[in-house]
Amino acid sequence: MPEFERQTDIGPPHYEQFLPEVIKKNYGKWDYHEIIKPGVMVHVAESGDKLFTVRCASPRLLAITSIRKFCDIADKYCDGHLRWTSRNNVEFLLTDEAKIEPLIKEIEEYGFPVGGLGAELSNIVHTQGWVHCHSSASDASGVVKCVMDELFPYFSGEKRLPAKTRIAYACCLNMCGAVHCSDIAILGVHTRAPVINHDDLPKMCEIPNLIASCPTGAIRPTTVDGKQSVEIVEEQCMYCGNCYTVCPACTINNADTDGISIWVGGKVSNSRVAPKFSKLAVPYLPNNPPRWPEVVEAVKNIVETYAANARKHERMGEWIDRIGWPKFFELIGQDFTKYHIDDFTHAGETFKRTAQLRH
Amino acid sequence: MTEKRKTPLLDELEKGPWPSFVKEIKKEAEHNPMSNDVLGILERSYEEHISHWKHGGIVGVMSYGGGVIGRYCDLPEEFPNVREFHTYRVNQPSAWFYTTKALRHLCDIWEKHGSGLTNMHGSTGDIVFLGGSTESLEPCFAELSAEKEDHPSFDLGGSGSNMRTPSCCVGPARCEWACYDTLDACYNITQTFQDELHRPFFPYKYKFKFAGCPNDCVASIARSDCSVIGVWKDDIQVDNAKVAEYDKNGTDVQAEVCDLCPTKCMEWDGKTLDIDNSNCVKCMHCINLMPKALKPGKERGATILIGAKAPIIGGALLSSVFVPFLEMDPESDYEDLKELTEAIWDLWGEHGKNRERTGEFIQRVGLSNFLEEIGLDPVPEMVMHPRTNPYIFFDDEIFED
Repeated sequence: MPEFERQTDIGPPHYEQFLPEVIKKNYGKWDYHEIIKPGVMVHVAESGDKLFTVRCASPRLLAITSIRKFCDIADKYCDGHLRWTSRNNVEFLLTDEAKIEPLIKEIEEYGFPVGGLGAELSNIVHTQGWVHCHSSASDASGVVKCVMDELFPYFSGEKRLPAKTRIAYACCLNMCGAVHCSDIAILGVHTRAPVINHDDLPKMCEIPNLIASCPTGAIRPTTVDGKQSVEIVEEQCMYCGNCYTVCPACTINNADTDGISIWVGGKVSNSRVAPKFSKLAVPYLPNNPPRWPEVVEAVKNIVETYAANARKHERMGEWIDRIGWPKFFELIGQDFTKYHIDDFTHAGETFKRTAQLRH
Repeated sequence: MTEKRKTPLLDELEKGPWPSFVKEIKKEAEHNPMSNDVLGILERSYEEHISHWKHGGIVGVMSYGGGVIGRYCDLPEEFPNVREFHTYRVNQPSAWFYTTKALRHLCDIWEKHGSGLTNMHGSTGDIVFLGGSTESLEPCFAELSAEKEDHPSFDLGGSGSNMRTPSCCVGPARCEWACYDTLDACYNITQTFQDELHRPFFPYKYKFKFAGCPNDCVASIARSDCSVIGVWKDDIQVDNAKVAEYDKNGTDVQAEVCDLCPTKCMEWDGKTLDIDNSNCVKCMHCINLMPKALKPGKERGATILIGAKAPIIGGALLSSVFVPFLEMDPESDYEDLKELTEAIWDLWGEHGKNRERTGEFIQRVGLSNFLEEIGLDPVPEMVMHPRTNPYIFFDDEIFED
């Protein structure tokens, strides 16, 4: 017999047991906060109590060995408390200001640099890629690692940005993350129609479900060698991969033609202008592991062009709206192509319907 | 232990200042055969430019339909230790706060039953245990959920066509802008809908995200079928002495605050910041810039928005306004939000198509039909502007009175 009783439907543990004393005492009674230095902020309560936060980078994929190290550090400096952010940063929570510098020294020596607050780059939220996903058109962690290595000064506070800049990465159109509303979105794309395995399909897939899964109606029933199967009208396929998720016999992954696209100008906050979708900047770049030089170069170029041209507090999308898309493409040196013009549902809403143009 | 995998391509990703996921995998590969094989198969992907993971079959723990994602590699002979490499989604505590004791407990369980690799956290918010064998699933879950005197019990989160694990921002725990208790609301909703979280009954996934203010740090408006975004109704609280301090210390209040206000509802004469609150759209810009001087008002609640999603299947959608202002009082046990949720689930559950998200369902049936069925009155806050096309389905009721 096991030494414990299995339970179901208990839900998550109650958060209160994990909160530091200073938070329990000042819950809902915080007065203001300030960023003291890159990666470090203080929250001051109405009571006058102070809570310091040290935010550090994370590759999101963490070994339990590292988590245990974080625990050792949190025990030493933070009375055993830490948290993660919505962008997968690790945050150490302290009440003793004198412990901030020794903590930073120790965590950075272990390989987790501190930064990512305010008008800086934060962690790139990303998906699983080749580490763990079946439908990935590219790796995720590797691309993110290379982009952040290159843009590191914008994380550490060594270089400044006009406003908060959020990069996100998704390895396919399923977009497990807020990629479609990011200042810069890096998106893995398939570019060819799925290849159908007619032997496996009848055994593995329900044909009506498969047909219904296609957003453009490109999948039609057919019979191949006496077996029920489907055919794909290639001209109608937009490579979303939904059919592959519904039916493993429609393989969409393609080592030669899968690649990466780059999107810009999205946001989720309501600050100043309403939330926006990211829009296509670069339609296709090749998968080129291990250092993904084309993608790194393109992202760096966009970040630096934005940093050099935008006004203070202007997010990427606000800057582009001010200068206009023709100027944006000119500044980043990217050709405008047929791929930049939408041809899916509601495409017409994106057409320009005014003579207010910059000449 | 199998032979240590050679990874010349991945080794390149150990260089540079950003923390390396390859180093992370290697830390476990030292002593865990599964992680060692992950290195090997990933190196193969780096050589061949393609994923070597297959679709998950149906795997899970007893009595649950979700929470575990099946994953198998397509080279089981060469990489036998990741032949099965399933993911557990473990329901995280609200706002991702931990004690080291709880984290070590999770690490000990995962060392015993799996690869030792995690995602802290997955995109939906769960603690992700990355890679366990089919055989390990049940004992691992039993140990996670066990009632132990000095360790918290953890449950699995959602996967498949169910309510996905709700998540929330740091809220009142450490943020002065939280307009309601995001941690409590997230916990309460998660506990209330345990059955919907663990047993997929829906046409497709349904996500909740709780953001304490319009800054929306959990990206709820982009990523959740139900976005609960904290907001206030009354006047921004202003401390003019502190505004003047900001002005003195380098913030150009006229240029950076007033001129960037989207509705231009602020005026600054060098002494007093005069806000026409009736014209304020609660965008947070001025408060973000001067947190010592400005605060959200005191009459607080949330805007409920419905229907966000990523592209698949019908294209990406942002959530749209459903209830402009809802009180989020814990005393009422979030009754209104729950009633609304159940009404949506009933309607979408009955009429939604397979893999059709709520937002897509609303587009298909029309927002006005949807509102009528849910029992909500239309209000102008729901639209950017009234319709522009005159093809109107008139009812008989328009002639009454």
